[in-house]
Amino acid sequence: MREFGYQRALDVSGAVALLDADPEARFLGGGTNLVDLMKTGVERPARLVDVRELPLNRIEATEDGGLRIGATVTNSDLAAHPEVRRRYPALAQAVLAGASGQLRNMATVGGNLLQRTRCGYFADITSACNKRSPGTGCPAIEGQHHNHAILGASDHCVATHPSDMGVALTALDARVSYETADGPGEIPLADFYLPVGQTPHLETALPPGALITGVTLPPVPVAADSRYRKVRERASYAFAIGSIAAALDVRDGVVHDVRLAFGAVASRPWRAGTAESVLTGAPADAETFAAAAEVELAAARPLPHNGYKVTLMRNLAVAVLSELAEEATR
Amino acid sequence: MPPSTSSDLTLSVNGEKYTLTVDHRTTLLDALRERLDLTGTKKGCDQGQCGACTVLVDGRRVVSCLQLAVAAEGREVTTIEGVAVGERLHPVQQAFLDLDGFQCGYCTPGQICSAIAVIEEHAAGWPSAATGDVRPEAGSPPLSPEEIRERMSGNLCRCGAYVSIVQAVARAAEEKGAVA
Repeated sequence: MREFGYQRALDVSGAVALLDADPEARFLGGGTNLVDLMKTGVERPARLVDVRELPLNRIEATEDGGLRIGATVTNSDLAAHPEVRRRYPALAQAVLAGASGQLRNMATVGGNLLQRTRCGYFADITSACNKRSPGTGCPAIEGQHHNHAILGASDHCVATHPSDMGVALTALDARVSYETADGPGEIPLADFYLPVGQTPHLETALPPGALITGVTLPPVPVAADSRYRKVRERASYAFAIGSIAAALDVRDGVVHDVRLAFGAVASRPWRAGTAESVLTGAPADAETFAAAAEVELAAARPLPHNGYKVTLMRNLAVAVLSELAEEATR
Repeated sequence: MPPSTSSDLTLSVNGEKYTLTVDHRTTLLDALRERLDLTGTKKGCDQGQCGACTVLVDGRRVVSCLQLAVAAEGREVTTIEGVAVGERLHPVQQAFLDLDGFQCGYCTPGQICSAIAVIEEHAAGWPSAATGDVRPEAGSPPLSPEEIRERMSGNLCRCGAYVSIVQAVARAAEEKGAVA
């Protein structure tokens, strides 16, 4: 591991100033991804600015009836929060589906959004990887890609984003707020992750040196009946091979409101907006759910070894939406 | 000017203060084992995937292999050496002994530290991925074998002593009336 300096930031402006002064500095949150990547040499910061002590660890109601979640709130505290569990249960379930109890105690909301792909070629510095070393190629396309992207990928990178939390936040129209040396800003999570295209190394729309300060959830009444379901290769403590966050409001047998996002299928949490359009106003039955999922997945471009994800996501969507619809009639 | 790559710091471990100079690259795991001779905490994968290095920081379980020592300054660290009270074992330690919750024993300090926290987390009303309804109105589910397996999934046991581990955690939790 490269040697590095360490400073603990005590206020947001101080943290931003420290990063602004050193282009080789990185913010340290829980460290569950960054420290691991530093050990393997994927990340080589000259300085860490520890932001865990910043006063960004609260979850508060907003004036419009939403929630504002501070960037240093741990995954554990987010998932345990009564208002999150009551009003956005899919978010609590998504967080609980990720990692282990130990890692959730360390990991932060801001860090979760900025975690890197778990593509094996990205993690192996002896391997080519356009995301880690632009222009070197993508061995996954002709190599191991059974868990790689089917949507929104390119000839340059087929890595997936590993976050569970981000999938639920995407379905819930979350917004990411940040601070820079030039002042604060906000980005809808839908626009937070950049398209892969020819630049897979450019991952987010955050300005250089920006510090995520929090995530804001608008009031989403339909989210009171929401669910996150994750499919993985063992029962617990593994990344998803496919996941879904869904919320459904059915009135008189018709879909009144719906939110749908897919995980582990793209370089970012995938908002299934096309499926939502098909569903809204349509009969809340399995046939409609399947048709909506198929329209969304028509854009899928599977590789030789990950075509199963198209079927998986279709079936997941039908199963979870059918459950929510059935519960709505009780 | 390049930043200093080491720091003088004070670590608080099992109620004692230790002052040392660490290279910033030092993890809490390596500081405990190599500098403070607290070798009860084990190094397994060293990449946050096995749980052998689990300790409590400010009462919460973490993997010490991904926790930088310098970032642990000002926090209270509890290792397996600090969970007993004098000669009296912690109820989780006693349950692991009574019910053979281990075979080779290498993962055991991490399993025990994790289980201590699991019982606390459950008592505090935290749901898990095994909890059917996470809404607070649904109440806290009993600490069933399914809940224990899910909550302990961050601790791997290559001997496969899981059956006895689940029983030991359930036994220890019984004292808090947490089991159905």
